[in-house]
Amino acid sequence: MFSCKTSPEVGGMGHSVKRKEDARFLHGKGNYTDDVKLPGMLSMVMVRSPYAYAKIKSINKEKALAIDGVLAVITGEDLAQYNLHWMPTLLSDSQMVLPTDTIMHQSQEVCAVVATDRYIAVDGAEAVEVEYEPMQAIVDPFKSLDEDAPLLRPDKEGQKDNHIYHWERGDREKTDAAIANADVVVKERIHLPRIHVASIETCGVVASYDKDTQKMLIYLTSQAPHAIRTILALVAGHVGLSEEKIRIIAPDIGGGFGGKVPVYPGYVIAIAASFLIGKPVKWIEDRSENLVNGFARDYHMDCELAATKDGKIQAFKVSTLADHGYTDSSANPSKYPTGMFSICTGSYDYDNAFAELDAVYTNKAPGGVAYRCSFRVTEAVHAIERMVDKLAAEIGKDPALLRLENFIKKDQFPYASPLGWSYDSGDYEATLRKAMDMLGYDDYKKEQAKKRAEGKLMGIGLCTFTEVVGAGPSKDFDILGIAMFDSAEIRVHPTGKALARFGTKSQGQGHETTYAQILAEELGIPYTDIEIDEGDTDTAPYGLGTYASRSTPTAGAAAAIAARKLRDKGKKIAAHLLEVSEEDIEWEVGKYFVKGAPEKSKTIQDVAFAAYTNFPPGMEPGFEATHYYDPPNLTFPNGAYICVVEVDEETGAIDVKRFVAIDDCGNIINPMIVEGQVHGGLTQGIAPAMYEGIEYDDEGNVLNGTLMDYLVPTAVESPHWETGHTITPSPHHPLGAKGVAESPTVGAPPAIANAIIDALYPLGIKHLDIPITPAKVWEAIQEAKAKA
Amino acid sequence: MIPAKFDYHKATSVKEAIALSQELGEEAKYMSGGHSLLPMMKLRFATPEHIIDISKIGGLSYIKEEGNLLKIGAMTTQTDLEHSDLLISSYPIFGDAVWLTADPSVRNFGTIGGNIAHGDAANDQPAVMLALRATIVAEGADGEKSIPIDEFFHGFYMTALEPGDILTEIQIPKAKKNSGGAYYKMERKVGDYATAGVAVHIELDDAGVCQEIGIGLTNVSAVPMRLDRGEEVLRGQKVTDELIEQVGQIASEDCEPESDLRGSEAYKRSIVNTITKRMINKALERARN
Amino acid sequence: MTINGESVSAEVDSRLLLVHFIRENLDLTGTHIGCDTSSCGACTILIDGKSVKSCTYLTVRADGANITTIEGIAADGTNHPLQQAFHDQHGLHCGFCTPGMIMRSIDMLKTNPNPTEEEIRWGISGNLCRCTGYNNIVKSVQQAAKEMANPKEETV
Repeated sequence: MFSCKTSPEVGGMGHSVKRKEDARFLHGKGNYTDDVKLPGMLSMVMVRSPYAYAKIKSINKEKALAIDGVLAVITGEDLAQYNLHWMPTLLSDSQMVLPTDTIMHQSQEVCAVVATDRYIAVDGAEAVEVEYEPMQAIVDPFKSLDEDAPLLRPDKEGQKDNHIYHWERGDREKTDAAIANADVVVKERIHLPRIHVASIETCGVVASYDKDTQKMLIYLTSQAPHAIRTILALVAGHVGLSEEKIRIIAPDIGGGFGGKVPVYPGYVIAIAASFLIGKPVKWIEDRSENLVNGFARDYHMDCELAATKDGKIQAFKVSTLADHGYTDSSANPSKYPTGMFSICTGSYDYDNAFAELDAVYTNKAPGGVAYRCSFRVTEAVHAIERMVDKLAAEIGKDPALLRLENFIKKDQFPYASPLGWSYDSGDYEATLRKAMDMLGYDDYKKEQAKKRAEGKLMGIGLCTFTEVVGAGPSKDFDILGIAMFDSAEIRVHPTGKALARFGTKSQGQGHETTYAQILAEELGIPYTDIEIDEGDTDTAPYGLGTYASRSTPTAGAAAAIAARKLRDKGKKIAAHLLEVSEEDIEWEVGKYFVKGAPEKSKTIQDVAFAAYTNFPPGMEPGFEATHYYDPPNLTFPNGAYICVVEVDEETGAIDVKRFVAIDDCGNIINPMIVEGQVHGGLTQGIAPAMYEGIEYDDEGNVLNGTLMDYLVPTAVESPHWETGHTITPSPHHPLGAKGVAESPTVGAPPAIANAIIDALYPLGIKHLDIPITPAKVWEAIQEAKAKA
Repeated sequence: MIPAKFDYHKATSVKEAIALSQELGEEAKYMSGGHSLLPMMKLRFATPEHIIDISKIGGLSYIKEEGNLLKIGAMTTQTDLEHSDLLISSYPIFGDAVWLTADPSVRNFGTIGGNIAHGDAANDQPAVMLALRATIVAEGADGEKSIPIDEFFHGFYMTALEPGDILTEIQIPKAKKNSGGAYYKMERKVGDYATAGVAVHIELDDAGVCQEIGIGLTNVSAVPMRLDRGEEVLRGQKVTDELIEQVGQIASEDCEPESDLRGSEAYKRSIVNTITKRMINKALERARN
Repeated sequence: MTINGESVSAEVDSRLLLVHFIRENLDLTGTHIGCDTSSCGACTILIDGKSVKSCTYLTVRADGANITTIEGIAADGTNHPLQQAFHDQHGLHCGFCTPGMIMRSIDMLKTNPNPTEEEIRWGISGNLCRCTGYNNIVKSVQQAAKEMANPKEETV
């Protein structure tokens, strides 16, 4: 177990100190992008396409421009004059900023209206007249590769069909052979539907170009301001936007969850508008614009899991069709077009695995954002965890027992997974047993048997996942070539107080508190004496940003190492002050003392003061350190989740009775914050499991593009979560910590799906895709009864 | 999302509102709580040229029993309904329905009159009104009129209210001894419009024979719907499980739902059956206590 | 109208939504916009003590009303019991829904000073939070309810 090294006042690791950032939010003084107000600021509103696939025959700006206060209507043709009408995606595909001729998805930006205020801009957008020639959209990704399917991207050189790429990993032959020779093989096609992060704050930008200084100041809802700055410089360098002239400030962010990593067309248009007009331009998405753009998931996975008759897993194979919409704008590292999907072999020890994926174009919005998930881990975990439960049901074995018998054992770490990962640490059995104890698993099994005998539908579902977070080692991980390190810069002032800056950006995770705690742990300076600053590219050190649970694994590690550099320097200063040699100085949190004479000591504050006033001759003055941390490996948090449900056979209504989540994210910086992250992730897990999914009709129209129909759970749908943890420190992370925030989003959906399907199993129902709604349950029951 | 431009007029009396409406013509709309109309204006599904604000008209917010009637002022908010001691003790069907309508902040300003006058079969109060056999009182240029609820709903967003009419009061037969009502809807999440909803009000005599019954259905037809055939089965009968079963079956046959995001037609027919049976039983239980 | 105790008068366009008046004209940006369809509750304020979604209210209709926003529930440098409780119980992450959530809870506790967990969950059901999973918001409201029922005596 972890024990705290510091007092609660110092507030190092392991203390549930209250958050330092709370006050401004509680008093309504947060500063979000839409709160930014600059002199002379203009407002921009989009005209969006009602069709999913159409030719633009004409755009008539006249009536809009006639409205008093409308200053400009910006079209693709206008941007084409500056070659700004297309932009590259993170995976080197291309995306329209504004179209010049073809609409590729419903609600795509057609043109933008800039006016003196929001109301006039909306009137202007209503007044723009666009003539379309609609075409039959491709909505079903399985029809996208049909021979008679229209070629969606003739603009791409060499593109002969709607196939984007094929990817594979593992040994196909060995895996096929193992499956062919196995006692038991279970198969399923599993779909993880399109969903949206639906952060309560939508995306937005305020761009302000100063023609005199040629500086472009951009307030942006961005999880990765530095990377965006570089991308903008690459995209718009040819019109004079040079990287040193671009300053991006990511102010307070109202939830990110991966949705605020990409560059959206609206950002680029607002920046272009400010550049051309020379005034600040604000663009804030409304909710419908937000929901129909920038999706996550949408993998169709054909899975096969092979085992011996007593349930020893032997092989796993998964072939996936990925619907990317009209362009591949997945926010993945360059060498990982399918992200970390190859974590799909799960927490189990077997040799044979093969995963392949084909990605296709359709007439849907682009996205592929890593929604609270390290790049496709949610899909991977859902596949294996659903299949493990299916195997357990097939051979009539308790799914907990089946898992316990197949787990990678704790002495097998570091464990080389069949698809190439090196799992760093874990004690899967301990984690699952703790969850079972907390729930009272055996009692629920008995209750279930009793209820089943009475004809009632009760289900217990498990998920024991392995996560892979903290991208990542530079040898493998980059975004558009930029290695995925992250950074920390610490300045300790003469009075012993400190300012630390990071390349990451909090969106609610509590960095202002947890980073201060890491520094408190390493330096002994109370966390309340340390200011944390992120998000301003003019002041913060370069970093790749916050997503994929990478802040603690990368920037958190950078903070620890930068602090240790300071400690080393401090040791020299302490030796100088105490008039002993450096070798005679020892460190305990917050102070240096002379070996064997602990009464002779200097605090870190004394040393900081001396660094500016009384440093050893020849030493560089000051007390500052910077570190760019390139992790040697990813971290592999794990968890065991168990869900208990009851289902009303007549209406299909699902009642989640209990949900227990035990997470192992290594050493914990702030237990209160970690627990809060887990709660939030669990609610974002029940969301796709039971409520959310972007629905399209055959014409490619989004059917649920408002929060009236896109069903974000309220406090009523969200169960009372029960959480706990085990601790298996990461052996390679300087603090022994791992990422955590995405684990619950990844782990909850299969636990819930497994529970509901377990409840329905006596009726002969063996699989349902999420979201599992009462209506879907009812239909499945009717179908099962008709068969029986 | 921002409404199109309109002119705003405030009325402080029913007479003034009606006069304004006559003067401004068909492009004028009344706004009471505004929680049905304003969202439609923001989506620009509705673009009235004039809004006549009737929320400041005094004297239209009350819940009282008078003679043989329960009278509810049209401007009574859903929150007022929720917290009315009279409704809690004698008309629990209101509590059932209000609890499931939108959310507490919307209920603070959304009025019962607006919920009915909107003429939307997805709203919850219309079915309750059908079950309770309400009479709608309205005032117009030609004076006051009383409209039985069965003549009130004409079509999708269409009611018996003439342009310029203001719904002023809802009258409901006073709760009798041995009577009870209940409402439930399946919703995809709390605050959603009904996938299907059923309101039941039943009156028994001392021998437990059903003297009167009202069954209203929510969001399974274009117009709020009374389950006439189902009511006939129970009226004058001792209510048995077999009869309830029959009524549930009739409900599933007679409703006219369409497949949509909330579920297939077959699903909706099935849950109407289930909810009808459950609400009859719940109403019976309340009538017997 | 009166807003946070101060009298305000302005001539506004009839279609101006109250949330925009509060944010743009009065620069009180603690009231947020999250959905446009009165689904999310980020714009919740109090009108004459009752919670309302200010995105679904015309400014002109607030003529003469007494309005309270998050900026007006506690004196500078102090916390309303709900603000304190959200801090103590980690009832906020990104903070975007928090003002609306607190304004809604003030109204809820006024009509129901001692709510059960179930009643709290239904009572805030018109306010979406995407970060916290609601557990700690429920705990925050419970703490505030307790505190407001038995306020600690002011220490002098």
